[in-house]
Amino acid sequence: MALRTQFQNSSDIGVFAKLTNTYCLVPIAECEAFYSVFEGELGDVIKVIHTTVGGCRIVGRLCVGNKNGLLLPNSATDKELQHLRNSLPDNVKIARVEERLSALGNVIACNDYVALVHPDLDRETEEVLADTLGVEVFRQTLAGQVLVGSYCALTNQGGILHPSTPIEDQDELSSLLQIPLVAGTVNRGSQAVGAGMVVNDWIAFTGQDTTSTEISLIESIFKLSDKGPNNINQMRSVLVESMTS
Amino acid sequence: MEYIEPNPSGAVTQKILCCECGTLISPNPANMCIACIRTRADVSENIPKQAMLHFCRFCERYLQPPNTWMPCALESRELLALCLKKLKGLNKVRLIDASFIWTEPHSKRLKVNITIQGEAFGTILQQSFVVEYIIHYQMCDVCCKQKGSDGECWRALVQIRQRTIHKKTLFYIEQLILRHNMHKSAMNIRETEGGLNFYYQAKNNARKMVDFLLSVIPCQYKTSEELVSHDIQSNIFNYKYTYFVEIAPICKDEVVCLTTGNSRYLNHMSQVVICSRISDNVHLIDPLTLKIGQLNAQQFFREPFQAICHQKQLREFMVMNIEPIRESGKQFGSYSHKHTLADVWVLPVNSLGTDEDEIHTRTHLGNVLACGDYVLGFDVSHAVVNNSVFDKIKQLPDIILVKKIYPDKVKRNKGRNFKLRRIGARTESMTTDNADYNDFLEDLEEDPELRKNVNMYKTQVQVEEDVEAPRVGLEELLEDLVLDDKEEAEEEAMTDGC
Repeated sequence: MALRTQFQNSSDIGVFAKLTNTYCLVPIAECEAFYSVFEGELGDVIKVIHTTVGGCRIVGRLCVGNKNGLLLPNSATDKELQHLRNSLPDNVKIARVEERLSALGNVIACNDYVALVHPDLDRETEEVLADTLGVEVFRQTLAGQVLVGSYCALTNQGGILHPSTPIEDQDELSSLLQIPLVAGTVNRGSQAVGAGMVVNDWIAFTGQDTTSTEISLIESIFKLSDKGPNNINQMRSVLVESMTS
Repeated sequence: MEYIEPNPSGAVTQKILCCECGTLISPNPANMCIACIRTRADVSENIPKQAMLHFCRFCERYLQPPNTWMPCALESRELLALCLKKLKGLNKVRLIDASFIWTEPHSKRLKVNITIQGEAFGTILQQSFVVEYIIHYQMCDVCCKQKGSDGECWRALVQIRQRTIHKKTLFYIEQLILRHNMHKSAMNIRETEGGLNFYYQAKNNARKMVDFLLSVIPCQYKTSEELVSHDIQSNIFNYKYTYFVEIAPICKDEVVCLTTGNSRYLNHMSQVVICSRISDNVHLIDPLTLKIGQLNAQQFFREPFQAICHQKQLREFMVMNIEPIRESGKQFGSYSHKHTLADVWVLPVNSLGTDEDEIHTRTHLGNVLACGDYVLGFDVSHAVVNNSVFDKIKQLPDIILVKKIYPDKVKRNKGRNFKLRRIGARTESMTTDNADYNDFLEDLEEDPELRKNVNMYKTQVQVEEDVEAPRVGLEELLEDLVLDDKEEAEEEAMTDGC
């Protein structure tokens, strides 16, 4: 299901929070309403961690991760690194990368299997990415935009792209990523879908301005409708396939 | 309402759902369908949908603010330009098209269909809408001047009044105004009993007229205002201003009775004197001693005095005998050089041939009178004068001779070799005016000083040679340009045509 929320009156949830299948990062803020929303939905299932990255609250845009690992920019302090290491589950690998394009959340979009990156990303970062997160890396632009992390939101079930992405690109990406893709908007027509929402395989959080049309699109493409954290059935068929093949 | 694509491309882009209503649309910067954009944003919201146009129904012209009036036909280009200028918010958006929608000619409404392009939510929107203009009748300045000046459009009024029977001074003022062209700025000029009214659009023109009058005639003025309208919010008050100019009620050739204060001021002139001229001062002359004096407006109105005899109350006398006086004892004060003191014996004209005695008196007209002349005089002994100051005077002469008159008055009036212009296009209409006007013209003939301030024009009348009366020399007369030019132009046209 998809929920509407706000971070201190801003509808851009994806800027401030990072959500994966095994953990969730929220910023340290004076007002804990944002945190309480996540805690209420996710507290039983996965860990919700308070943190900052390099002292900034825009954790969603600075770091990138999936169920296997988390990448942090070089602005992340040792203390934060330590805190994350303590808080995150042990199977999650944490790495800090030296990268010119330090807002990793803007330049990299990933799910548990594949990642799309900015065409100018360093080769080393790409290798670290492939290592830590265990993903296949593709360099792509989306509708002429290089900040792939901001303009698309991906999960293992599906993805939403920038609304101006042409049909051919959508088809090409869909076959590349092996998931259904659709071009859409979030937060009442905003084109930065990656920055406007956070989503994992069973839940999505969007901004308060999102219209019901957009919510229904999100629920249908990410297959979130009326199913709680029990889509293990679908995942099971994928797991069986990958194990037998 | 359509919307314009910012980057039209050849390839077919995919459709996305409108974020408001879910219909399939091509992506645009707002990512909303046109209907949803239209409900949210109105490009024409700053443009008034109703406006007012002012129209003068007499000359059929439209007002272009601030002050010009333009004749335009219905549904013409000029009218469209005028209508578009009225809309305030039109310069912020791009105007694509404007056209008239037909309305009934008498409905006092104009409808204009306007298409504009403007920006909303990052996209460019094109919208058409109708603006309605209400036509409001308003009189333009030209029509106002022509049609109604009384009570309608004037802002300032100068009322010139003189409380006297004779109109000589008013005619003189009229000629002065004509000479100095002070009447051009007046919206309208009306003649009333006892004076003139000048109507003005602007207060400063009226003020100029009042200042002019103060400088050429002894007069005083009062102002008054009438509130026409006031705007409470911006504290603007519109008034109608009236200047009431009262001229000293003394005319030329009237016998006046001075107050003791005036007499003392004028070097102890005697109190019964004749007014010899009205210019910017009142000129007085004592007929018995030839003393002269002048009073300006302030001095006059400080202690005003009245005439005790008007020109119409004078009686005719005939001179029997006259003897100039030499070596009169002159005291302090100023004496007239243009007059000569003389002893004269006169008889009233209606008692000629009877056995009445001749009356002796002194006069200042010694240089103009001769035996057998007719003269106008004031018979003091038989007169009834209603003046408290006059009653206190002890010594009074029997007769005061004022003015010489010439015979053949009718012939003289017909045979004038000059004419004057009048304010307005009227001719000498009222019969009572006629006699006064002729008196004024006679005054002009007799007094060269008076002629200095008056424009006199040549006329084609044949001059009667055998009338003995002072004549105006031809060198003093001006060519009356207007009529002559017209005649010359007509002659030229005729000769060219032939």
